[in-house]
Amino acid sequence: MNHLIIAPVLLPLLTAIVLLLGTGRPPRIQRGISFISVCAQLAVALVLLSIAAGDQTLVYALGNWAPPFGIVLVLDRLSALMVALTASLAFFSLWYAARGNDKPTDSLHSVMHFLLMGVNGAFLTGDLFNLFVFFEVLLIASYTLLLHGGGAARIKSGLHYVLLNLIGSSLFLIAAALLYGLTGTLNMADMAVKVANTSAEQAPLMHAAALLLLVVFGLKAAMVPLYFWLPRAYASASAPVAAMFCIMTKIGIYAIIRMYSLVFGTEAGLLANVASPWLWPLALITLTLGAAGALAARELRLQIAYLVVVSVGTMLAGVALNSVAALGATLYYLLHSTWVCAALFLLADIIMRQRGATSDRIITGPRLKQPVLLGTVFFIGAAAVIGMPPLSGFIGKVMLMRSAVSDEQTFWLWFLLLASSIVMVTALSRSGSTIFWRTENRTAKADKADHLALAAVMALFACTLALSFAASPVVNYTQATAAQIMAPNNYIDAVLSHQTVEGVHHE
Amino acid sequence: MEILISAVIAILTSCGVYLLLRGRTFPIILGLTLLTYAVNLFIFMSGRLNTSASTIIGVGDQYADPLPQALVLTAIVISFAMTAFVLVLALRARAELGNDHVDGRNSIEEIKS
Repeated sequence: MNHLIIAPVLLPLLTAIVLLLGTGRPPRIQRGISFISVCAQLAVALVLLSIAAGDQTLVYALGNWAPPFGIVLVLDRLSALMVALTASLAFFSLWYAARGNDKPTDSLHSVMHFLLMGVNGAFLTGDLFNLFVFFEVLLIASYTLLLHGGGAARIKSGLHYVLLNLIGSSLFLIAAALLYGLTGTLNMADMAVKVANTSAEQAPLMHAAALLLLVVFGLKAAMVPLYFWLPRAYASASAPVAAMFCIMTKIGIYAIIRMYSLVFGTEAGLLANVASPWLWPLALITLTLGAAGALAARELRLQIAYLVVVSVGTMLAGVALNSVAALGATLYYLLHSTWVCAALFLLADIIMRQRGATSDRIITGPRLKQPVLLGTVFFIGAAAVIGMPPLSGFIGKVMLMRSAVSDEQTFWLWFLLLASSIVMVTALSRSGSTIFWRTENRTAKADKADHLALAAVMALFACTLALSFAASPVVNYTQATAAQIMAPNNYIDAVLSHQTVEGVHHE
Repeated sequence: MEILISAVIAILTSCGVYLLLRGRTFPIILGLTLLTYAVNLFIFMSGRLNTSASTIIGVGDQYADPLPQALVLTAIVISFAMTAFVLVLALRARAELGNDHVDGRNSIEEIKS
């Protein structure tokens, strides 16, 4: 049994506890511990990524209890990819935070590691109820992170976020209890087998449970009509938190991919592909409304938050297409959009500090201290997020558009993706030209941007550049991941035939 | 018995949903509490209704499913903690925003302005 699989859960947990015990110590120590830990997590995640690249599904039975009775952690290509993405994002946002952008320091670092524990656990677990528990761990951490720093705007959007997610948790529990009552199991692989053999009598109830889960994951992923909490919440969060939150919508998308390929996938008998008829139109509406929101936004951070909604719509459309090519393109786009949106949130923070009282509102304001440097970085970021050639967004979108099969799918996907891109060009050129060019004849009293903080932003952009120039290996990995997801029998066999270590339980 | 339990869950859920749709934080938190009660009962019922059945195999002819009892315990603890958190947050919002409306605005006039 490979114990490394549980490290992405245990490492942040231990770090968070140590950081909590160290409350009141100098920020330098807190940041140091936090940063060393996140480097270790990144190393672990990369090792897991290389293990998963062997196309083997690794199962870790917690407490050595045999599945389907005990809880299992499962490492396949998809979970390894998501854990690695989380670690890289945490690395950059904690890097940015450690440059003095984390006041009050005590609470931010420990809670960030609790969040990482929940996120990694949600990606790795193979048990539905355990998924709920990890969701709660990451949610309670995200509630505190969202409120980090205080202030009326954060409290208001935080209240919406907390209340909506609490209702979401209740719905998750109803769906989980319903599925347990019908199948008698909570292990996802075992549930997949049971769901495939559903009788016609039980099918309607099962259908209700499946769609209830879609509501819950749709709320996490910010799918129409459940995305209204997102823009305000992200726009009011502090910069490192907003950057880290770029992974939050992807958790919903991960859960949708996992549940609706493994349990309610093509081989689920009466319940095959229950989510597809809903996902497709909702994804396209999300895409459209996100683009409209970006055009209407009056603050830069709000605009970036709407770009997150656009990316969610794009990815959900890829999931709804339900083919290996589309899913591979979606995962590639997922990597791209997470890094780019996080970088834009950090960049917006640097920009608004140099604009004095004008903050991040898209109106004429004082000249920036470093207009050329920040303007260039903003231009690259805008081009990447819109999907201009030759950057990674372009490659992702082209792959996605090429994977549409039927005429109807092709029409709607091409039309809406290209239309939303032109809308995003308009929106971002408006904000960019207003902030950098239509300035008053004075410079606000502000310091130059911290070199190392700006380096974090540039390193994030470098990741997306690497994604475009080294697209071939990444695409190979995501396509292989998609192929593995679309063949859930390997996952099911790996979990159900898992042998526990002998001679541990003496009974 | 089945009808009684389902009626209890239904009434708790509908009262909870009604209160959730109110505009002020306190009724919403009450609504959330009622909803979690309903959910807890529902999880408990996923192990089916049994009378005089222990949760240990081999003690009697019948045994009850022990897993929903463990699940409901977890759900109770989590919802308890979350309710405490949201109560403190609501009090903080009341202090910061000056009123207890979820949108932080008191009246229709303020919303229009």
